[in-house]
Amino acid sequence: MHIVVCIKQVPDSAQIRIHPVTNTIMRQGVPAIINPFDLFSLEEALRIKDKVGARVTVLTMGPPMAETSLRKALSLGADDAVLLTDRKFAGSDTLATSYALTSAIKKLSEEEQVDLVFCGKQTVDGDTAQVGPGIATRLGFQQLTYITKIESIDQGAREIVVHRRSEGGVQVLKTALPCMITMLEGTNTIRFGKMDDMFRAARYGLKTWNKDTTGAEETKVGLKGSPTVVSKVFVPKPRAQKATMVEAETPTAEAQAAAAVDAIFGAQPKLADELLARAAAGL
Amino acid sequence: MSEPSKPQGRKFQLPEHLKEYKGIWVIVEQERGSVHSVSWELVGEARKLADKLGVEVGAVVLGADSPELNAICGDAFTYGADVVYKVTDPVLADYRTDPYTRVMTDVVNTYKPEIVLLGATTLGRDLAGAIATTLATGLTADCTELDIYMDNRSLAATRPTFGGTLLCTIQTLAYRPQMATVRPRVMSMPDRDDSRTGRVVEVFPNLRETDVITKVLSFIADREQTEAQLAFADIIVAAGKGLGKPENLKLVFDLAKVLGGEVGVTRPLVQAGWTGFDRQVGQTGKTVRPKLYIAAGISGAIQHRVGMEKSDLILAINTDPNAPIFDFAHLGLVGDALTILPALTDAFGKRLSVNRLAG
Ligand SMILES: Cc1cc2nc3c(=O)[nH]c(=O)nc-3n(C[C@H](O)[C@H](O)[C@H](O)COP(=O)(O)OP(=O)(O)OC[C@H]3O[C@@H](n4cnc5c(N)ncnc54)[C@H](O)[C@@H]3O)c2cc1C
Ligand SMILES: Cc1cc2nc3c(=O)[nH]c(=O)nc-3n(C[C@H](O)[C@H](O)[C@H](O)COP(=O)(O)OP(=O)(O)OC[C@H]3O[C@@H](n4cnc5c(N)ncnc54)[C@H](O)[C@@H]3O)c2cc1C
Repeated sequence: MHIVVCIKQVPDSAQIRIHPVTNTIMRQGVPAIINPFDLFSLEEALRIKDKVGARVTVLTMGPPMAETSLRKALSLGADDAVLLTDRKFAGSDTLATSYALTSAIKKLSEEEQVDLVFCGKQTVDGDTAQVGPGIATRLGFQQLTYITKIESIDQGAREIVVHRRSEGGVQVLKTALPCMITMLEGTNTIRFGKMDDMFRAARYGLKTWNKDTTGAEETKVGLKGSPTVVSKVFVPKPRAQKATMVEAETPTAEAQAAAAVDAIFGAQPKLADELLARAAAGL
Repeated sequence: MSEPSKPQGRKFQLPEHLKEYKGIWVIVEQERGSVHSVSWELVGEARKLADKLGVEVGAVVLGADSPELNAICGDAFTYGADVVYKVTDPVLADYRTDPYTRVMTDVVNTYKPEIVLLGATTLGRDLAGAIATTLATGLTADCTELDIYMDNRSLAATRPTFGGTLLCTIQTLAYRPQMATVRPRVMSMPDRDDSRTGRVVEVFPNLRETDVITKVLSFIADREQTEAQLAFADIIVAAGKGLGKPENLKLVFDLAKVLGGEVGVTRPLVQAGWTGFDRQVGQTGKTVRPKLYIAAGISGAIQHRVGMEKSDLILAINTDPNAPIFDFAHLGLVGDALTILPALTDAFGKRLSVNRLAG
């Protein structure tokens, strides 16, 4: 079994600041991390490896510095790593990104048939959740998003049973390999790496591929291959008015609460009526 | 990374053969006969955009033929659709990516809408990503605002990124259809007009179950589970780290109970295991739009804000008069949530029961 896990290196969004004058993102000094949602998928892939045996390859497309994320994944137990990097990929939207990643997965498949592709649910920077479905569609793989649990995986029958979160409940799905899976957050806890994996990761000669290595067509990647055009980036407008402060004559909790209830009912007379009607009906 | 870009050998003009694409579509999300409200919110929004462009609103309803499905088609008109594409086949009874994608790709290629909108739900995001790939067109994710740029009659889709710290407006200029997903409860619910009707275009895709690889073994509905139904609550009492310790969550549950509302929380509380993920409000949790949102001990970080700022009325309780939440709440109360919450529970309780006696 060969599993490919797509991981993206992202800026730690908790530490991003916006330049007050130019309104641009200040990335300098912001640490780069593996997209947090990808770790749930990586962990699930490693669990399959532990349980039924598999070769886990991590794949990222990004600048050369994305290598650190691949080494981190290797230290957690991934077997192999591919860095897909090329200036020609710069500016790719999700259609072009999924195309580029698919070209690398196809090349990996030539070496050893890929049975499962894992992606994160979404990233914390681009945050679109579109790359996983894009890859599945291009590969012709079954697509399983928002998976809360992998119930069983049968290598002989090439069958997998999963629980998928939907809006109104949970779908229990059975499908055939190959497939693309995105795990929902909180479905597992990422492991600590083993000592020997950490040593191996530091020295590992990972694969570095570019557009030509994977045979991706130039017109389908980068800005040229991207249908979407970002026409404006701006900081959200703060609401014009600040909160009206609730004041009470005496600063006791009781007086403040009474003043707050007055303020709420004053601002929302309709809500007051509804609540009163509900209370009157004994609900 | 797509940064704001200058033309670099890129096509920004719509090729001649794509100019025949006309009309705005909403893919109506129905699961087991019930429609996700985001679909009607989108039909309302599509109506406004279509009126600007002078084109029709189309609602696409997919599923197995049934009286429920017919009722949904009728509802689509009352919310503002001009034409309903009713796509029925037994294979479409349960949502699965593959048959839904195949059918939608065909229907789009046949009827050529210029804009296709879906809810940014588990179904909508799953389907939109797949269709945009088969149609090789642009897709803007999780939008919070839609508009038409009249100079070139294109869709301007605005969305938050980097966890809501930035907004950006994205266009798909040289490809059709232009696609976008929109978060639930961001657009307002349109009023029903029961006198409205329109055309129904029936589509029979003629699928075979044996061609579909993924099978639905069972469905465990949330109704049979105990998860919080935050997204649809009219009143939410929400707690942040300011509550200090898990035991104090009781204070928000007590207040929510008097008000007949739900309890929401910030992410750190979920991460610390105080309560389940189903109660998290914000960028990586639920987007809510209640009539009243009481935020107790919440600082108002952008990732939380994007999930609740559309609430009709926000009351914030915080010990710090400079907490960012006071910059966007409607009502503010500087004080200790641990004493104010029980006092509010009392005050509301009294107010509502006094009326009960009087009435
Ligand atoms: C402000 C802004 C807004 C944008 N909005 C849009 C938009 O609405 N539509 C659009 O088409 N593009 C958009 N883009 C471009 C988009 O962010 C990039 O194409 C991005 O590289 C991939 O999308 P994502 O980060 O949203 O990934 P997602 O689709 O959220 O990622 C899902 C998963 O796919 C895998 N994955 C994604 N990227 C990589 C990678 N480089 N290497 C390995 N695995 C990966 C990971 O497993 C990840 O968890 C936007 C960019 C910016 C800067
Ligand atoms: C990628 C990413 C995604 C995220 N997604 C989300 C999300 O979906 N939802 C979310 O909520 N967060 C999210 N966050 C986290 C977010 O950035 C903030 O850390 C979080 O919202 C802060 O929670 P808080 O307001 O409860 O805690 P704090 O920021 O610690 O604020 C506590 C507040 O309580 C006040 N306080 C203290 N004691 C009292 C008292 N006795 N009475 C009244 N007030 C008191 C303090 O003055 C302070 O303002 C995300 C972060 C990242 C990086």
